This record gives sequence, structure tokens and C-alpha cells, in this order.
Amino acid sequence: MAKFQGMKINPTRYHRSQIKFYLVLLPMALFVSLPIIFIINHAFKPTNELFAFPPRFFVRVPTLTNFTDLFRLASDSGIPFSRYLFNSVLVTSIGVFLSVLFTSAAAYGLSKLKFKGKKALFEINTLALMFVPIAVMIPRYITIARVGLIDSYLVLILPLIAMPVGLFLVKQFIDQTPDELIESAKIDGASEMEIFLKIIVPIVSPALATVGILSFQLLWNDIGASTLYINDDSMKTLAFYFSTLGARTGNTVAGQGIMAAASLISFVPNIVIFIFLQGKVMNTMAHSGIK
Amino acid sequence: MLKKMNHPLWFITPYVVLFVTFIIIPVILAIALSFTYFNTIQTPEFIGLRNYIELLTKDETFMQYVLPNTIKFAFIVGPVGYMMSFVLAWMLAQIPHKPRTVLAIVLYSPSMTAGIAMGVVWTIVFSGDSTGYLNSLLLDMQIINEPIQFLTSPDYLMNIMILVSLWGSMGVGFLAMLAGILNIDQSLYEAAYVDGLRNRWQEIFYITIPAMKPQMLFGAVMAVVGTFTVGAIGVQLSGANPTPQYAGQLLVNHIEDFGFIRYLMGYASAISVVLLLMIYSISKVTWSLLKDRG
Repeated sequence: MAKFQGMKINPTRYHRSQIKFYLVLLPMALFVSLPIIFIINHAFKPTNELFAFPPRFFVRVPTLTNFTDLFRLASDSGIPFSRYLFNSVLVTSIGVFLSVLFTSAAAYGLSKLKFKGKKALFEINTLALMFVPIAVMIPRYITIARVGLIDSYLVLILPLIAMPVGLFLVKQFIDQTPDELIESAKIDGASEMEIFLKIIVPIVSPALATVGILSFQLLWNDIGASTLYINDDSMKTLAFYFSTLGARTGNTVAGQGIMAAASLISFVPNIVIFIFLQGKVMNTMAHSGIK
Repeated sequence: MLKKMNHPLWFITPYVVLFVTFIIIPVILAIALSFTYFNTIQTPEFIGLRNYIELLTKDETFMQYVLPNTIKFAFIVGPVGYMMSFVLAWMLAQIPHKPRTVLAIVLYSPSMTAGIAMGVVWTIVFSGDSTGYLNSLLLDMQIINEPIQFLTSPDYLMNIMILVSLWGSMGVGFLAMLAGILNIDQSLYEAAYVDGLRNRWQEIFYITIPAMKPQMLFGAVMAVVGTFTVGAIGVQLSGANPTPQYAGQLLVNHIEDFGFIRYLMGYASAISVVLLLMIYSISKVTWSLLKDRG
């Protein structure tokens, strides 16, 4: 073993020689997770601990006060917390579903079907990997206003559905599936759409899970659409409401506890979904290369 | 219904329509508007290159603060974040599956918070009075005598922005590189050691990186894009646009400043075009640098 040091990549069990990597990785992991551990502690602190001087990192007597305050603050402003939550859940679930469906269908088209302009389309999409949405927020606003989407639920969903990264990843993944599978299904009389839904979708489910996660993060955390395109407060999302907490609580110390509770609520779904699907994500990323 | 859906249009139309409407058209519109004077009330008036000329010659904030800030920010956060992602991914590949999975999730988690949701942490940590964690710690250790106004002081804001951005830089590109390293054929290493590869540095440069070049490229593009997307963080941290004495003002904030605060949409569009060109050329340069190696 000692001779082939490359064999140390992806080892099956612990070995003394790995200590040096742990010595770097563990402090790094601790460092990056500190803010998250902090948020968790801060969210459960009662008022006297929030005010404690010198400030203490860990919570001593955890309470849910910050959470109940967070809910009450929303009701006080005329729109119940549940309304924001409902908007976010609705927008995110429809958005993720459409994003996965449209992206994978387009990826199948680009990977296995023949049509004019296919290569150009894929190249434009690869170029669009470099697209930064906030760079064009103004023309985007003008486009959206022209299409007449201002103040509708659709505007919270539609602009975020077409994800160049998503199409790219799924297409690379579908490229790996053998053409023989598709050919034999065709001989059995299946249409392209049937092949896509019944054969391709199950095979590429890891890639779809990845697109789902990316799309979830985009939709769930999005503040821009609610800020720019929606005037009616009752249609705005949870992420937007959370982003206004600073102003609502006047950046007070008590407000910090409420904001920590809000951050925790918006963070937890992200991490839970990622933990469940991380195996699939890694599987997809193996095919992520730009060739 | 499903039986008859064979035409490629069934597959690509929904995606392409949304892609064109929300990505392609805005980009084209940005280019078109950048040659006009447009205050959102009157119809845009064609003024040729005047916006660009003004941006390069008359906009003092742009030349003095925004451009240097953006370059400094991008050239630190981009490469350092990218190298950190690679090194950490490589180290993770050297340890067994279970601890690797746990550590990978922990390292990836900050990028999920998208900076915004976590803004509150940083404002508390760097808070300008003695209740701020860092101030309290430094006071306690008697390194400083009075609290530092971290977030409103031009001297610190930029560095804090860089630190916070690096904290969240292990994103999709990091996962791609980790998967890339793990998927390299083990026999490549064996063959190379038989052929006289001597140490692990050689192994990284002659085998690992060349074998996972596609993932390295993907990671690089993600690093560039990520760097320019998190630009809003200065405004988030300091709570003001423009940021105090323009210390944390990046191109993205400059666009917002002119577009949504001063309503000079034509001018803001010209800045957008400059930003897109910057991202594009940096990606291309990175791309060719990586392509030449190995």
C-alpha cells in the first residue's frame, strides 16, 4: 500500500496518516459552523441573556420567546406570519416542481433529440452559466413590467425557473445514459415523451434532486422578486419579511433575538433537504465538468 | 396525448421561453438601454456612447472607489475561495466516507445561507459597541481600549466583506471538485507511481488536476459568478447604500444606486454591461489559464 500513495484517495477506513488532514479540516469546519451555532444559540436566548454583558455565546435557559415575538410582530403589522409562510411554501413548491420538469425536459431534448440550433442553444446556455441576475435587475424589471407580471404570484416563480446551471448538470447526466435503452423503447412503440417520463426521469433522478435543491435554495431565499415586483404586502414571501425585521425592530438587542429566530427558520429547511439528498448531489456533480 | 409527443419543441419550449424572457431579453435590453438616456418616465433617448464616456471620465466615485473596490474584492475572494474549495475538497477525499460526508455538509452549509439570512450574525459579531462579540473579546484581551466601529468604518468594511464572502464560498463548485477527485480512476495513480511519480505534490499536479479538469473549469466559473453575485453584502452589513465613504461599494451596488435610487436607468444599464463584460472576460481568462495546464 505504501508504494501507491494515490490509493489513499477515498480510503475505506481510518489510518494514522490521515491525522494531518483532520488537523486542517476540523478547525475549518468549526470556523465555518460558528456563525450557524451562534444563530441557533441566539434564537433561543431569553431577553436577559441577549442583554448580558459581556455577551455570552451559548444559551443557558433556552426559551421560545423570540419565536413567539417573531409571530406576533407579523400579526401586529397586519399580515399574519402564516400568510408569509403560505406564500413561501406555495411559491417554492410550484417553482421547484416546474424548474425540475422544464429543466429536465429541455436537457433530454438537448442530449438525445435532433433539431436545428441544438448545439447553439447548449452553447448559449453554457455561456449563461456566467450570468449574474442582479447585474441586469433594471432591464429585467422593465421586461417584467411589460409582460404585465407585476403584482402576481407568477412573478415570484417564473423568473427563477430557468437555471442554466441546472440544465447544464442534467444534460451532462443524461449524456451518460446509453442510447440503446431509448432505441429499444422506440421499437416497442413508445413516444419520446413516454421515454422521457418513464425511462429517463427515473435514471437521472440524482440530477433532478440536485436541480431541485438548487432551485429550492433560489426560491426559498429569494428577496428580490418580493421587493421589486410585488407591491401588495400580503403576497410577499417569508424571506422578504425576514429581511425587513431589522427595520421593524429598530436594530435593538431584543430585535437581534427575533432576527436570529428568523434566520434559523429560513436556514433549517435548506440544510435538512441538503442532508437528505447530498448523496444524489455528489453523484450528479461527478458529471458536472465543462468539457 | 403522451403517445403523440415526439417533437423536440415539446421538450425545449417551456425552458427556452423562460430562458429568453428572463435572461436573454434583459441582457439585450441592458445593452440597448446603455446607449440611451432613460429616466423611467420619458421614452429613452438615444445618446450614443455618452453613458460609457461619462462612466469612464466623469464618474469620480466609479473610478476612485467602485472599480478599485470591485477589482480588489474579486481578485481576493475569487482565487482564494477557489483554492480553498479545491484544497478542502482534496483533503476531504483523503478521509473515509462517513466523516467526509459530515464535514462536507458542514463546509457547504454557509453557501446555503446566501449571505442575506445570515446578515444578522455578522452585524452582531461585528457590532460597533462593546456588546459586539469581537469588540467585547478584543476589549477583554486588552488588545484595544475602545470598541471599533467595524461595519461603519471604511477601514474595516472591505476586509469584513471579504471574510464573510470567503466564509460562504464553498458552494456548488466545491461539491463538483470533491466529486471530481473521488471519481478519478485509481489505476491512473498506480500507473503514474510505477512510471516514477515521487510524491504527493507531483501526484496532485500531474494526475489529480489534469484528470478532473472539467470539474476544475466548472468550479472556476462558479467561483467567478459567486464572487460577483455576493456583491450586495457591503450594503447588507453597513445598512446603507452608498456604503460609508464608498468603502464597500461594488459595481452591483453602483447599479442599484443609479437605477433604483437616482432613476438613471440608461446610465445604470451601461454599468450593467461593464459588469457582464468583466465577468465574461475574467471567466475566459481563468478558463484559458486552466486549459493550458496539464
